[in-house]
Amino acid sequence: MRRLNRTLGPVAVAVLALTAAGCGGGGSGSSDSSSSDSSSSSSPSADSGGGDADLLVWTDSLKIDAVKEVAETFGEANGITVKVQAISEDLQGSFVTADAAGNGPDVVVGAHDWIGNLVQNGAIDPLNLTPDELSGYSEKAVQATTYDGKLYGVPYGTEALALYRNTEVVPDEPATMDDAIAAGEAAVKSGDVESALNLPVGELGDAYHMEPILTSFGGYIFSYDEATGYDSQDVGIGKDGSIKAAQEISKLAKAKVLRTSISGDNSIALFTSKKAAFLVSGPWALADVKEAGFEYAIQPVPGFAGQDPAQPFMGAQAFMVAANGKNKDIAQEFVNNGVNSEEAMMTLFEGTQLPPAMTSVQEQVDDPDLTVFTEAANAAAPMPAIPAMASVWEPLGKAYSAIVSGKDPVATIKSAGDTINKAIADAG
Amino acid sequence: MADPIDPTDPSHRGSRIARRPGRDDVPAILVKVLLLGIVIGTAIALTPALVAEESWLFLTVLWAVTLILVATYATGRALPAKYLVPGTLMLALFVVFPIALTAKTSFTNYGDGTRNDKQTTVEQIVGSSVTRADDSPQYNLTIATDGDPASGPFTYFLVPQDDPETVFEGTEDGLQEDPGGVTLDSGRVTAVDGYTVLDIKQISAASDALDEIAIPTDSDTFIVRDGTSEAFEGAPTLVYDEDADTITDEASGTVYTAQQQGDREYFVDEGGQRLSDQSWTANVGTDNFKRIFTDSRISSSFFGIFVWTVVFATLSVVGTFLLGLVFAITLNDPRVRGQKIYRALLILPYAIPGFISLLLWSSFYNQDFGLINDITGLNINWFGGSFTAKVAVLLTNLWMGFPYMFLVSTGALQAIPEDLTEAARIDGANGFAGFRRITFPLLLVTVAPLLVATFAFNFNNFGAIFLLTGGGPFSPDNPTAGGTDILISYTYRLAFGAGGVQIGFAAAVSVVLFVVTGVIAALQFRATRSLEDVN
Repeated sequence: MRRLNRTLGPVAVAVLALTAAGCGGGGSGSSDSSSSDSSSSSSPSADSGGGDADLLVWTDSLKIDAVKEVAETFGEANGITVKVQAISEDLQGSFVTADAAGNGPDVVVGAHDWIGNLVQNGAIDPLNLTPDELSGYSEKAVQATTYDGKLYGVPYGTEALALYRNTEVVPDEPATMDDAIAAGEAAVKSGDVESALNLPVGELGDAYHMEPILTSFGGYIFSYDEATGYDSQDVGIGKDGSIKAAQEISKLAKAKVLRTSISGDNSIALFTSKKAAFLVSGPWALADVKEAGFEYAIQPVPGFAGQDPAQPFMGAQAFMVAANGKNKDIAQEFVNNGVNSEEAMMTLFEGTQLPPAMTSVQEQVDDPDLTVFTEAANAAAPMPAIPAMASVWEPLGKAYSAIVSGKDPVATIKSAGDTINKAIADAG
Repeated sequence: MADPIDPTDPSHRGSRIARRPGRDDVPAILVKVLLLGIVIGTAIALTPALVAEESWLFLTVLWAVTLILVATYATGRALPAKYLVPGTLMLALFVVFPIALTAKTSFTNYGDGTRNDKQTTVEQIVGSSVTRADDSPQYNLTIATDGDPASGPFTYFLVPQDDPETVFEGTEDGLQEDPGGVTLDSGRVTAVDGYTVLDIKQISAASDALDEIAIPTDSDTFIVRDGTSEAFEGAPTLVYDEDADTITDEASGTVYTAQQQGDREYFVDEGGQRLSDQSWTANVGTDNFKRIFTDSRISSSFFGIFVWTVVFATLSVVGTFLLGLVFAITLNDPRVRGQKIYRALLILPYAIPGFISLLLWSSFYNQDFGLINDITGLNINWFGGSFTAKVAVLLTNLWMGFPYMFLVSTGALQAIPEDLTEAARIDGANGFAGFRRITFPLLLVTVAPLLVATFAFNFNNFGAIFLLTGGGPFSPDNPTAGGTDILISYTYRLAFGAGGVQIGFAAAVSVVLFVVTGVIAALQFRATRSLEDVN
């Protein structure tokens, strides 16, 4: 299959040329396909074709400027041409396909929870940072990018959910989630806002944003072990903690705190238009909230009264080395020495505004909002990167959504657990 | 093309060939020579790559196509072929080839975790097991050669980072301390007498040759390059035994054998624990097709979804056609003022890209914050219930689809001669009777094939479902089959949803859908043929 894909491109071009010739006119079939939005070369002598650069990096359109700056600095220091391309649609899927076909990039910048899928597809290579170098990163970030006991990415940014509060509506910081909900409900009653707590549910469910509630009641998705990581054979959905969480979700839905009409699409916009007292969201909402022009405060998501602390998912953004890149040595060198440095990490922080993963850069950040997000990320649990997680998102999200729509919480969460276990068994 | 000359008669062949250049003018010949040259040139250029890849099938096809083209256009014989060859090649490339490839893939387990062949997978598992020795220093690495920078022989010059005054020379014989003629600059060898130092590009270019060199250390490990400027001591912990087809973990002594789990093989130990989640592509025969017809999750929902797919496609076609027709007839009346403005306005939904309309409509149906409940004062959770979600999907698809039907009907109405309706009126068929007996049957002759095509389109209208409701609402006991799912959105979720990308299985589903849609379309076309009798 791989061999087939690799030759399909040239053959298609050839046949196009043939058929153009057959028509007795027109131009020859030229096909220079490139899925990039934007690209650049650091050296004026560089050819514009993506395959000619000495180092090709793929990232998404939000991070391209920061990544480009780091890559170009590395290129200039080593006298090589670099090219950074933004893949705006399905970067992970495009990367897996392109790498298998042998025309992918040398380095890909993406989220740590891709690692399990990328490793099972043989798309990335492990890295060999020294223990000294690794100790410069936050423990959670290293834990996130380590898979099967090996490091697969150099992390630069972390993301975790926090609780945004409109301080004009609720001036005092709540100590627990119950306090926050009570204050939000009071604000709804007095007509200040329409929604007490914007926690995205949606019709199709959102297991990511529900994780703080699940963990606060002692629920978990996969059990975690320091040595072996997440265990796909021990699914916590359907067990005690998740049942308690489901009952609480059902209770909050009856009180109209959780609603399927609030989803990832509108939760931030409703909060910034002053229609919600609280918002559960990540650092990506920060720019919008700042721009909205009202007083706000951010705190880590608190737990429910008398329960465990809430532990949202932590995501790490990382540089990974492609297994079938054309310039693997340069890619390793770039990730080991070009990215893995304080200056590069500072550039990436300034460009992406993500809480940094390198501890020395964390210390230099004096933005109080970002400090909260750094704290939240350090307290959160890395999102499972194992391929079995693909069998969890949909059934669990839909179960949450069904509970919010009024279905029986206990039966629904148990049935979701069965579905997840069966899907994991089916997937091999 | 009646040619009185017998082409088999050799006496005429010469004159025929001699006549050819006279018929074409010089620029045409030049273009022909140029294009045929490109064809042959491309074929020659691709040949080494295909030989290197051992893609014999593609090589054969490539040269067969080239020969056909040269034979067709250079010799001037087969004249009909000149017109048929391009179309036939396009058909083969863009229709037959993808279908054949899909069918072929449907007999494999290709997908996430099985994208590579077994050899690549084994190489990767073993290659990834290279581990840094516990006490290994990190070296600053300089690679130099006393021969050619592309092919070597290569020598490594290593300086431990924690001991920047010591230099080791690394060759296949091992490490040697303090080689002569070395220039040290801040812990790195920058020049060696009699050697050329490789720069980063040269190292990258020579990486395959460098991978062949094993530089042993004193403690049973090797020097492993870490990028282009550093190195460490390490060794793979896994060893593959090709004869036994096993991978052994040298440290623990565990032996992993290839065993079937699900539709693929993994390397597992005696307890069934996997060494890695990496598996490889394999033929699975008709397993994917068996799964479609035997998996209880699929068979339990399949019938209901099939019925809804047919209902959705039928209602979409009938609804959009009737609405479009009503508008077309109304605006076709010469008494209507401002025809052009109305027509332009009615076509607007057609001019907006479909996915934008669908995403917008999706937000209109929001129970608490959506436009529809706001305007109508209703409080319906549109996407919360199966029935209301189906109504919402049909309403939106009606809005999306009627402008097309309006356009088509307007065109067809204007093509019906005035005198026919006039004659009908004289015969006493006024108003609706005239429409029903004369206009409508004539209209159907032109429009019916388009209705069939629209039906086939809506039968597989993935976007309308996926962008609007995502297939939902879902019942908690079966999160794979939603209330508004049609076959294509349902199978998309089966193949790409939970459990990762299963391309082999998806291909099998596509083959089944291809057959189903083909049969339905064939039946419909047969039925529409009867409409043509009115002519």
